[in-house]
Amino acid sequence: MQSVGKSVRRVDAVAKVRGMADYVDDIFVKDMLQVKVFRSTIANGRVKKLDVSRARALPGVVVVVTYEDVPKHTFPTAGHPYNKDPKHQDVADRRLLTDRVRFFGDEIAAVVAVDELTAVKALRLIDVEYEQYEPILTAEAALIDGAVEIHEGTKNIIARSEYQLGDWEEALAQADEIFEDEFSTSTVQPCALENHGAYAYMDASGRVVVCTSTQIPHICRRVVGQALGIPWGRVRVIKPCVGGGFGSKQDVVVEPLVAFLTTVVGGRPVKLVLTREETFIASRVRHAIQFKLKTGVKKDGAIVARQMTAVSLNGGYASHGHAIVDNSGEKYRHLYDQLAIKFAATTVYTNMPAAGAMRGYGIPQVMFALDCHMEDIARALRLDPLDFRLKNLNKTGYTDPILGITVRSNGLPECIAKGRRLIRWDEKKAARRQQSGPKRRGLGMACFCYTAGTYPLNLEIAGARIVMNQDGSVQLQVGAVEMGQGSDTVFSQMAAETLGIPVDMVHLISEQDTEITPFDTGAYASRQTYISGMAVKKAAAEIKDKVLRHCGLMTGISPQSLDIADAWVVDHKGARVMPLAEVALDGYYNLACAAPFTADVTNSATTNPLSYGCTFAEVEVDLATGKVKVLEIYNVHDSGKIINPQLAEGQVHGGVSMGLGYALYEQMIFDPATGEPLNNNLLDYKLMTAADTPEIGPAFVETDEPTAPYGNKSMGEPPVMSPAPAVRNAILDATGVKFNQLPMNPHRLFERFKAEGLI
Amino acid sequence: MSSKILKFTLNGEPVEIAVSPEDMLVDVLRDKLELTGTKKGCGKGECGACTIIMDGEAVNSCLVPAMKAMSASVETIEGIGGPGKFHPVQETFMDLGAIQCGFCTPGMIMSSKALLDKTTSPTSQEIKKALAGNICRCTGYVKIEEAVMAAAEKMREKQ
Repeated sequence: MQSVGKSVRRVDAVAKVRGMADYVDDIFVKDMLQVKVFRSTIANGRVKKLDVSRARALPGVVVVVTYEDVPKHTFPTAGHPYNKDPKHQDVADRRLLTDRVRFFGDEIAAVVAVDELTAVKALRLIDVEYEQYEPILTAEAALIDGAVEIHEGTKNIIARSEYQLGDWEEALAQADEIFEDEFSTSTVQPCALENHGAYAYMDASGRVVVCTSTQIPHICRRVVGQALGIPWGRVRVIKPCVGGGFGSKQDVVVEPLVAFLTTVVGGRPVKLVLTREETFIASRVRHAIQFKLKTGVKKDGAIVARQMTAVSLNGGYASHGHAIVDNSGEKYRHLYDQLAIKFAATTVYTNMPAAGAMRGYGIPQVMFALDCHMEDIARALRLDPLDFRLKNLNKTGYTDPILGITVRSNGLPECIAKGRRLIRWDEKKAARRQQSGPKRRGLGMACFCYTAGTYPLNLEIAGARIVMNQDGSVQLQVGAVEMGQGSDTVFSQMAAETLGIPVDMVHLISEQDTEITPFDTGAYASRQTYISGMAVKKAAAEIKDKVLRHCGLMTGISPQSLDIADAWVVDHKGARVMPLAEVALDGYYNLACAAPFTADVTNSATTNPLSYGCTFAEVEVDLATGKVKVLEIYNVHDSGKIINPQLAEGQVHGGVSMGLGYALYEQMIFDPATGEPLNNNLLDYKLMTAADTPEIGPAFVETDEPTAPYGNKSMGEPPVMSPAPAVRNAILDATGVKFNQLPMNPHRLFERFKAEGLI
Repeated sequence: MSSKILKFTLNGEPVEIAVSPEDMLVDVLRDKLELTGTKKGCGKGECGACTIIMDGEAVNSCLVPAMKAMSASVETIEGIGGPGKFHPVQETFMDLGAIQCGFCTPGMIMSSKALLDKTTSPTSQEIKKALAGNICRCTGYVKIEEAVMAAAEKMREKQ
């Protein structure tokens, strides 16, 4: 491998260190109008009276649009591929603006003004009266008989699902011990550093052009079309540089409104960039999920029966809805083996911000429940927690009975062995004495598994287009989306690898434009290196084939005996035949048979490999303050072959950091009486800073996935999945106290230590 | 509102511009001077994306009323390095993988440069402290801290 497997510098590095990378709010368009949204100051209710006359009269206000002025139909917002089967389509429960208020901050009206300040002033001139209902902030309140329906006719249930495999009663009868427990996770926010924002205008032919910070340009185009009720071809979506997404931009948030508003003002450009406070509540959050687990185990540690029930809190609108907890139930099934397994889940509406996709898509939640439960079982049975997990892992060759996907590479046992060595698990365990002081140390670990894309539940499609230039370099266009994770760089490496040229001869076009870029569903489900990578590989292989055939014509040498290396066509012995540039030039200008080398490829995947990994952590718990200090933490990943080690390490660092925030600090808090968010800003919502971050040790076990373009599997989301349970298990090891609720912040730990008589 | 003339030095060049009393420096830089390298992630001094250097100190330009910059010397990301040339911290950010989405990068680089202007032998604690006001959600800060340390070493070698 010449390019794949190397720590190639990011293709966007120069632009980003010079401040030349343009994000939505950096782009100047003349005559741009500014939008501000009038949001509800109650969480549950209905607008009785709305008076926007004073706002409309304010000089500088171009238009004020309310729920009365927008289309009456509802549309979905989740960034899933369209499904032709109505049963599998996303819940369509949004209107552009609403009089039925479903969370604190719901969108009632929008002001379009000549500048931001005028728009803000106009918001203050809008008068509203509400009919208020009790805010519903818990699953219990949502499901109680007679609860106000947040969406009519739903009983506040978005969906329920269940599965059962094997003979449950017979399996459970074989258990020597049965363990039951409950776990719950918190509502957290992706907090991409760039807030949600978009602008829209109409071009001369009357098409609506939306420039937006999105992970899903092609899906966004469809949703805008649905929201406005116009043909999808009349919508054009452009994605410039994206300042992080982490899932909340795998959703259509501000785009339909700006698209609609430009049609109201005759096609003039209108821009809406959310404030940080708005992004917290009006984009998407991670579902808080409550889990109940029941596991039957034999004395020797063999699991015979597993059951999980889950209730997922979704907020006021469905967004990705039930798909999240269904994914929890799926990976719960994939990681360990048993004779029989049951799963049942419910997703409910509440009067909280809409929960959608966030890095890990239900897996950080379920791995917290599952691998804390596994730890507790191992301890109760006096089994080594590592051996207990290893004994029950699903092995290579496992085929999921529901999805039919087969595991062809599984490096998890090696990952566990590596983590064990890195943290010096056995040495530290052996040296550990009875601890009695105020500061206690402990070791913990946890595992996870994940997929690469969504097949067979959803379409997995990706496009790549390559044009070879006269000098032998190539233009590479992908429908896949760069949002910081480094996909543009790894695609460049992949094209270079297959074409036999250096990476700097690949010119990747990073901006997405649905008019131009090939169809791809976008950046989510850690799918792009696997699904879109295969499209790049196929397109590069097609170009190479055309180059060699043309060179064969030029030289009379059989194309089968030719290859490309270091931008030269070489023969079967590796001897240089002709510079690639000479073949490319002839391809453009040969009077008899000019035909520039181009390829336009779609890859539709029908495989889905599991990636694996684990976290090993050592913590020091200060009993007196409830503070947890992470002394060492290692994340060991089987993501198949690593395309770019430096970028992969970066994914692990960031994912572990986010996972530690999830474990120890982060949660959105709402006033229980009013549903008002109390910490929707970056001071009161505790994100990890440089000062809080420990040394993070990324490590890899490189299996070779046979179905992948270059042996690779998913890498983007996995690092966030296992830090929280590993830290929880380390706190348990240190203190003997089980924390089954996130986050494990000083407040919660202190109260518990006091109750347990530790302080 | 009546506008005032703000005079200051921006990236080594004198600048005169009409601003409103309510304008914050970040908005003058971004909207009036079209220097959009300085990012805006919160507008409240919480995230550090808008960090610039004013009279030698790293500051959140979203918290600085524009008129406060009168007669000051202001450096933004656009003034770092130069044509065909990078500041050592820009080089190490690129070489050591300290960049992901890039939205925090200009602010991170400005905070780093402000530190390195004062000392080319920072301890890792000093680096953490200098970057503690700059939020990054992508990198976990690890490679950023390594890049600042490596830039310091480069600068020491040149001295």
